[in-house]
Amino acid sequence: MTPPESSPDGPAPEVAETVVRGTVVIDIEACKGCDLCIEACKPDVLRMTTDERNTRGYRYPQLLPGCTGCRACADVCPDFCFQVWRYDTPKTWTEAGGLA
Amino acid sequence: MNRRNNDELRVIATEHAPDDANQVADFTPGLIDVGEHHLCPGCGEPIAIRAVMDAIALLGLADTCIAVFGIGCSTAFSNNLDVEVLQALHGRAPSVATGVARVHPGLAVFTIQGDGDMANEGLQEVLHAAARGENIVCIMLNNGVFGETGGHLTVTTTIGQRTKNTLDGRTAAEHGHPMRIAELLAQIDGVGYVARGAVNDAGNVARTKRMVVEAFTAQQAGLGLSFVEILTMCPTGWFVPTDEAPDYLASTLAGTHGVGVLRSALEPA
Repeated sequence: MTPPESSPDGPAPEVAETVVRGTVVIDIEACKGCDLCIEACKPDVLRMTTDERNTRGYRYPQLLPGCTGCRACADVCPDFCFQVWRYDTPKTWTEAGGLA
Repeated sequence: MNRRNNDELRVIATEHAPDDANQVADFTPGLIDVGEHHLCPGCGEPIAIRAVMDAIALLGLADTCIAVFGIGCSTAFSNNLDVEVLQALHGRAPSVATGVARVHPGLAVFTIQGDGDMANEGLQEVLHAAARGENIVCIMLNNGVFGETGGHLTVTTTIGQRTKNTLDGRTAAEHGHPMRIAELLAQIDGVGYVARGAVNDAGNVARTKRMVVEAFTAQQAGLGLSFVEILTMCPTGWFVPTDEAPDYLASTLAGTHGVGVLRSALEPA
């Protein structure tokens, strides 16, 4: 996986301060790019890649700030790509491992 | 494209588990080899079969169950399952399961078939097994198409649904009316439990899993044949984009094939 481009200015303050209650671990190599998780995600924090592909040639989901750990993505994934975690105390995006 | 660039700036790393968080649950399915499988992107069948396998694991039946698969896309997925699997002829799974259940009455015998397999190729098999009150669980994965053999219509295809030979939607005048299999079975006396679930959203997946648990509970209690129909997405056969398939299921299949428990001989919890 190629890390996304970094911004010289870092993320906008509203992004850096977004409350993150949970997170997911995504097995991107198992993904077939079907978009079902994108539709299922209630907080709307999953996006499909546009250019990046896994080794089988499929697009895969990436996580944006705001995950609540609700597990809907894991419930609907036909390829069993997701593991869902909840933080003991909510974090900001920066603390949760934002990549910018 | 601005939105994409903004999104890229906000991505959170998802390769590894965080140190300071609790895992909600282990979402690796216990009885399924999660390696590569052959089903299309967006297929609902792995989600449905996962619900069945999770129910078996929950009830502790993994070592005492035998699955009988019919013919269909789901048959290839049976290679990924960590339970005993038998392969029946097209439409004949309930009869094979009858034989297994009579020889081994202590086992949890269940069938997994598609709608083309159960309702078109061998409808009389499941009807007679139900009327005999065979103590087995029959699962029907209903997407309204013969997925494996090219995506043509089945007897459960709903009015207006697209398939390969009803590209403008099924019409009653040209193609006849759909049959409601769960309703058909619910009126037979030898049946202990009948329900219809769906896998088009997380709520329905959880509900479907509860139905399968109840079906196996009824089987373990010896209440007769248990039947669970599960509506699944087939974006390939429906000619819809994968992300629109759950809504297409809700607006076409679920309108004719209503989700819910139709009959239960179980004591209310």
